[in-house]
Amino acid sequence: MTKESDLKALMAASLEGDSSAHQSLLTALSGYLRSYYKSKLVRAGRTAEEAEDLVQEALIVIHTQRHTYDQEQPLTPWVYAIARYKLIDHLRRTRASTASVPLENAENILASDDSVATESQFDLTRLLERLPERMRLSIQYVKLDGMSVAEAAHRCGISKSAVKVNVHRGLKILAASIARETKA
Amino acid sequence: MKTNELISMLSLQVDPVDTREVVRNVRIAILVGAAASLLAVVFVLGVRTDLNEMHAQNFVFAKLAFSLSVVILASHYLVKYIRPGGEFRARFALTVLPFLAAMIVAAISLAAAPRAHWESMVFGSYWLECLIAIPTVAILPFVAIMWAVRLAAPTDLLRTGALAGLVAGGVSATAYALHCMDDLLPFVALWYGGTIVLCTIAGAALGPRLLRW
Repeated sequence: MTKESDLKALMAASLEGDSSAHQSLLTALSGYLRSYYKSKLVRAGRTAEEAEDLVQEALIVIHTQRHTYDQEQPLTPWVYAIARYKLIDHLRRTRASTASVPLENAENILASDDSVATESQFDLTRLLERLPERMRLSIQYVKLDGMSVAEAAHRCGISKSAVKVNVHRGLKILAASIARETKA
Repeated sequence: MKTNELISMLSLQVDPVDTREVVRNVRIAILVGAAASLLAVVFVLGVRTDLNEMHAQNFVFAKLAFSLSVVILASHYLVKYIRPGGEFRARFALTVLPFLAAMIVAAISLAAAPRAHWESMVFGSYWLECLIAIPTVAILPFVAIMWAVRLAAPTDLLRTGALAGLVAGGVSATAYALHCMDDLLPFVALWYGGTIVLCTIAGAALGPRLLRW
């Protein structure tokens, strides 16, 4: 089995709603993403924390945008495109580099794996506090306390689909606030 | 924040998702945009009065063949570009085919006609109306399509915007064909083709601004 087919199988299961496959997928991808971002940033004199911020932002994006993956296509180019898009976005935002990010072979994203996680510059609790209350509570109940969506809906006094929308939007805002605050 | 904590959080209660929905959204947006363009042309400009005559129908069919082939080709590529990395595997060079075909046919018909007729064949009677109407009506499908594209995650915003503009221009020209009384092929090639290209350029300019995520 190749990395691609392993990862693709995990993705297929995760799209069906398999949480443990989702966790394995994100864990595996985090190693590749870390290695990719470190190779792009640390070598250019930036900190490992900055690379870790991008890893986390990319992971949230991979999670919230997983519906944009085409199951008939390989997974690697999809992951690479997201990782590169977020890198370019980050470089533009921090204005530190006007150099363009060369388009490489998408498979390079799996070329090396780095499991040495540094902590990112963010405190999740602090980021969550800045979300609108309905989003913060939905994420708190479902994603941190592990309540069922029905339970969370009952607690918040809103519908189940509203809880799901709140979680989804809240995570997107979280990724955006990581992007905005990442210090070069 | 530790990355593995984030991963545990993201992996708690993962909902099944439908990966075909993003394409469905774009198709629905194109249909909604087409309906809006049609209504705008029918109620604001009016359908040409001779539509029940055979020769008028033939010309309308020729125009529709051009504009619909633009819409079909461009939307085929657009639904690939809305996904991350879609630009790695889709090349949309084929979208020039309808334009090329129209220009060739137009050139042949000009070559067969006496030089004195050329000006009227190219400019028709209502070139200014065509120049204004197609890009204006195209705003409706463009808004609908961009809304649907924003629900996906394109990573090549310039080309995705251009393709959205191309589809919108094609949809608009399709609706406008029901009104337009200028039937000669050189007119269609220049003014329909030209305005659709304008819509594409506008889409490319707006894409990076409107589609960022």
